[in-house]
Amino acid sequence: MDLDVLVIGGGNAALCAALMAREAGASVLLLEAAPRAWRGGNSAHTRNLRCMHDAPQDVLVDAYPEEEYWQDLLKVTGGITNEALARLTIRASSNCRDWMRSHGVHFQPPLSGALHVARTNAFFMGGGKALVNAYYRSAEKLGVQIRYEAPVERLELEDGRFVAAWQGGQRITARACVLAAGGFESNREWLREAWGQNPDGSWPADNFLIRGTRFNRGVLLKHLQDEQGADMVGDPSQSHCVAIDARAPLYDGGICTRIDCVSLGVVVNQLGQRFYDEGEDFWPKRYAIWGRLVAQQPGQIGYSIIDAKAVGRFMPPVFPGVKANTLEDLARQLGLDPATFMQTLGAYNAACRPGHFDHTALDDCRTEGLSPAKTHWARPIDTPPFYGYALRPGITFTYLGLKVDAQARAHFGGQPSRNLYVAGEMMAGNVLGKGYTAGVGMSIGTAFGRIAGQQAALGALAQKHNKKGAAHANA
Amino acid sequence: MQTLDELTRQARALANGEPTPVEPTPAEAEVARQMQICNACRYCEGFCAVFPAMTRRLSFEPVDVHFLANLCHNCGACLHACQYAPPHEFAVNVPQAMAVVRGQTYVDYAWPPGLGRLYQRNGLTLCVALALGLALFMALALAARGTLWMVPEQGFYGVFPHNLLVSLFAPVFCFAALALGLGVRRFLSELRPGTGSAPASVGPGLEAAQQALTLRYLDGGHGDGCHNEDDAHTHWRRRFHHLTFYGFMACFAATSLATLYHYGLGQAAPYGWFSLPKLFGVGGGLALLAGTTGLGWLRLRRHPLHGDASQKPMDLGFIALLWLVAATGLGLLLARATPALPSVLVLHLGAVMALFATLPYGKFAHGVFRSAALLRNAVEKRQPSRLQLGSD
Repeated sequence: MDLDVLVIGGGNAALCAALMAREAGASVLLLEAAPRAWRGGNSAHTRNLRCMHDAPQDVLVDAYPEEEYWQDLLKVTGGITNEALARLTIRASSNCRDWMRSHGVHFQPPLSGALHVARTNAFFMGGGKALVNAYYRSAEKLGVQIRYEAPVERLELEDGRFVAAWQGGQRITARACVLAAGGFESNREWLREAWGQNPDGSWPADNFLIRGTRFNRGVLLKHLQDEQGADMVGDPSQSHCVAIDARAPLYDGGICTRIDCVSLGVVVNQLGQRFYDEGEDFWPKRYAIWGRLVAQQPGQIGYSIIDAKAVGRFMPPVFPGVKANTLEDLARQLGLDPATFMQTLGAYNAACRPGHFDHTALDDCRTEGLSPAKTHWARPIDTPPFYGYALRPGITFTYLGLKVDAQARAHFGGQPSRNLYVAGEMMAGNVLGKGYTAGVGMSIGTAFGRIAGQQAALGALAQKHNKKGAAHANA
Repeated sequence: MQTLDELTRQARALANGEPTPVEPTPAEAEVARQMQICNACRYCEGFCAVFPAMTRRLSFEPVDVHFLANLCHNCGACLHACQYAPPHEFAVNVPQAMAVVRGQTYVDYAWPPGLGRLYQRNGLTLCVALALGLALFMALALAARGTLWMVPEQGFYGVFPHNLLVSLFAPVFCFAALALGLGVRRFLSELRPGTGSAPASVGPGLEAAQQALTLRYLDGGHGDGCHNEDDAHTHWRRRFHHLTFYGFMACFAATSLATLYHYGLGQAAPYGWFSLPKLFGVGGGLALLAGTTGLGWLRLRRHPLHGDASQKPMDLGFIALLWLVAATGLGLLLARATPALPSVLVLHLGAVMALFATLPYGKFAHGVFRSAALLRNAVEKRQPSRLQLGSD
C-alpha cells in the first residue's frame, strides 16, 4: 500500500490530523484501537473547547483575550508549561471553529450547570461524541481509510524517522505518521507503579476509577519512552484526578459520575472523620483536588454528607444517594462507625457560626475552633432526610507525553523527527504540565492535531514529489 | 422490590387520606432511570425540548415521564450523541425508552378506556377496520346498484347519494374527534399540576402550534435535521412528514369545501379542474402519496435502536392506510368516466372509513398528544425554575 500519512489513534486530535492531511491532498489511513461503538477515546466524553476571542462570537459572550487565557493556563499549571506552545494553542483556538463547523461540528451556548464558562468555552451540541461522529463522517466522505480494532503495538524508526507501524502482525509503512493515541490512564499496572504506595501500605491506584476510555493503555507512550528513547515531558506520576461517585463504572463513567454537593456538606473518610475544608472555594475550582485528597484516605474512599437543605442546590447526581432520617442510621447504612461519625458531625454542627448562607458567593457561613475548618457554606447538618454519597478517585487523564515543537514533531535526543508527529493527550503535557481548566484538552488536541496533520501531509507529499523527480532524473 | 419503609409510608399515607404515589410501570421506571443519568450529564440540552424540561426536575414521577415521553419527537439525536448509549453499561437510549412510554400513554389515555387495547395490536386493528370499511361500501354499492362495474350517470353520487355518505361519515368523524378530545383533555389535566400549573394562554398556544406545524424538533437543534438510519442528519423525515400532514389537511379541506359547495352554494360535484375542492384534493392527494411513500421507506430503514420495535406495525399500518386513501382518491380521477368508478370508490371510501374509525386508536394520536405536551412545555418554560443549582 502506498500511503502518505498514517494516523494512529481515533479521538479528536487524530481526526483533526487525518482531516487536515486529507484536505492537503495526502492519502490517509487512520487506526483506531477501539471497536466502532467505542471509538473516539476520551474525546467522546468531552463537551467544550476553551476559545480565545477578542469580541463576542456566536455562542461566546464578551471577550477572552490571549493574555487572560495565558494567565489562566499559567495559574492552573503552576508554570509547568511551554509559553510558545501554549500561546500557539491559544491563538489556534480563536480561529479553528469555522474549520470545525465545515466538518459538521455544531456549537451551542453553555449548558445549564455550566454558565460559569459561558465566556470562555464553546460547547459542542450533543457533546464530544457528536463531534467525533461528525469528524468520522467527514473523514469517510473525504476518503480517509479507517480501521477499527486496530491497536498499534510498536513503531519501526530509523534515526528518529518513522518507517513503519506494526499492528496485529501487519507492517504498515507510510511517508509520515501522526501519533494521537491518548495517555496511559487505563493501564492499571502503570497507574499502580506511578502512584506508588500510601504510608499505610495500600496501593491507592488499585481503587481508582477511570473516567474515560478503557483503550488508553499507553502502549506507544511506553514503547517510545523505553525502547525508542523519545524525549518526554510531564510528570509520569501525575494524573488529573477528581472525586467521583464510588458506584461509577470502572471505565467510561464520564461527566455524569461527578458529585457536586461536597461544598454544601461535609466529607468524612472510612474512619468517620473529616479531613479537609469542604468550603475552601467554589466547587468547579476545587473538584480537581478532591480526587487526590480521597486517594490519600484509608481505602481511597470518602463520604459526602448533606441534609435536606442542600437538595436542589447542586447538579443532580447520577445515582440516588443513601438516604436516612437520622444521622446514626445514615452512618450505619454507609458502613461507618456511628459513634465516631456522630462525634464528627456533632463537633461540626456545634462549630458552625450563624451567617448569611449564599451558595452562589463565598459567604460568611464558617466554622469556628474546628480542625480542619470549613470556611464557607458551613451550616449545621440537622434537617432530615440526610443523604450520603460515597466518593472514589476518578482519573481523567495522565500528564506524561512526548516532547514536541511548534510543528508537532516528536523529538529524539533533542532533535526533531523528520516525519513523526504527535498530537492530543500524547503531547498535552507540553502545554499542560499540571492541573486543568475546562476545555483546554480539546484546545490542545485540536490545535496540534491540525498542525500535525498538515505538517505530515506537506512532508509526505514533498517526499513523494522528490522521489518522483529523482526517478525522472534517473530515467 | 418495595422496602418495608416504603410500605409503611404508603400505609400511613393511605390511612391519612393522602393521595398515594402511583407505582411506576417498568417502562416509566426505565425513563426515570435514564433521565437521572441524563440530568447529571446534560450534553443533549441543545437538541430539543425534552432536555431543558428535564433540567427543571430532580425526580421523574410517572406524570413527568408521560409529559417528557410525548415531548420527545424520536429524532434520534441524543442516541447517536450519547456517551452512555449501548454498549455502555448504562444503556441509555432515550428515544427508545420514551417511545415505549408514549405507546403506553396512548393506551392509558384512550377514550373510552377499554378501547385503548386497540393500540396494542394495531396492525390487526387497522386490518379489521379496513376489511369492515370495504365490506360496508361494497355491500351498499351492490345493494343499490347490483354491480361494481358500471358508468353511473351522476358520477360518485350515482353510486352513493351524498346524504348517505354524510350520514355515514359525520358520526364516525365526530366520534373520533370526541374520543381524541376527551383523551387529550384528561392527559392535559393530569400534566398540568406538574408543568407549571398555569393554564395555557395565547402565547404558549401560538408557540406550541408553531412548533408542531413546523416540526421544529425534527431540525436537530442546529437546523441540519434529524436522524434516520445512522448518525448522519437528514431533512427527509421532516419533509415527508410535512407532505403527509399538509397533504392530509388539504384533502380534508377539499372534502370540507365540497360539502360547503354542496349545501351552501347548491353546487353538486363533480367540480372543475380549477375549482378549489379539486385543487386541494388533487394537490393534497399527490402530497399525501409522496409523503407516505417517503415516510414508509424511511421507517423501514430506521436505525434499529430508534424507537420501540413493537410499534412498527402501528407506524407502518397508519402510513399504509394513508397511502391507500391518497392512491384511491387519485384513482377516482382516472376512473371517473369509466366502469371501474364504483370499485375504486368502494376502495376509497372503505379506506377513508377505516382511517376515520381508527383515528383515536392509532398512530394519528401522536400528533394530538405531542401537541398537548408542546403546549404544557410552552407554559412551563415561562415559569421560573424552582431549582437553584450552585454551578450556575
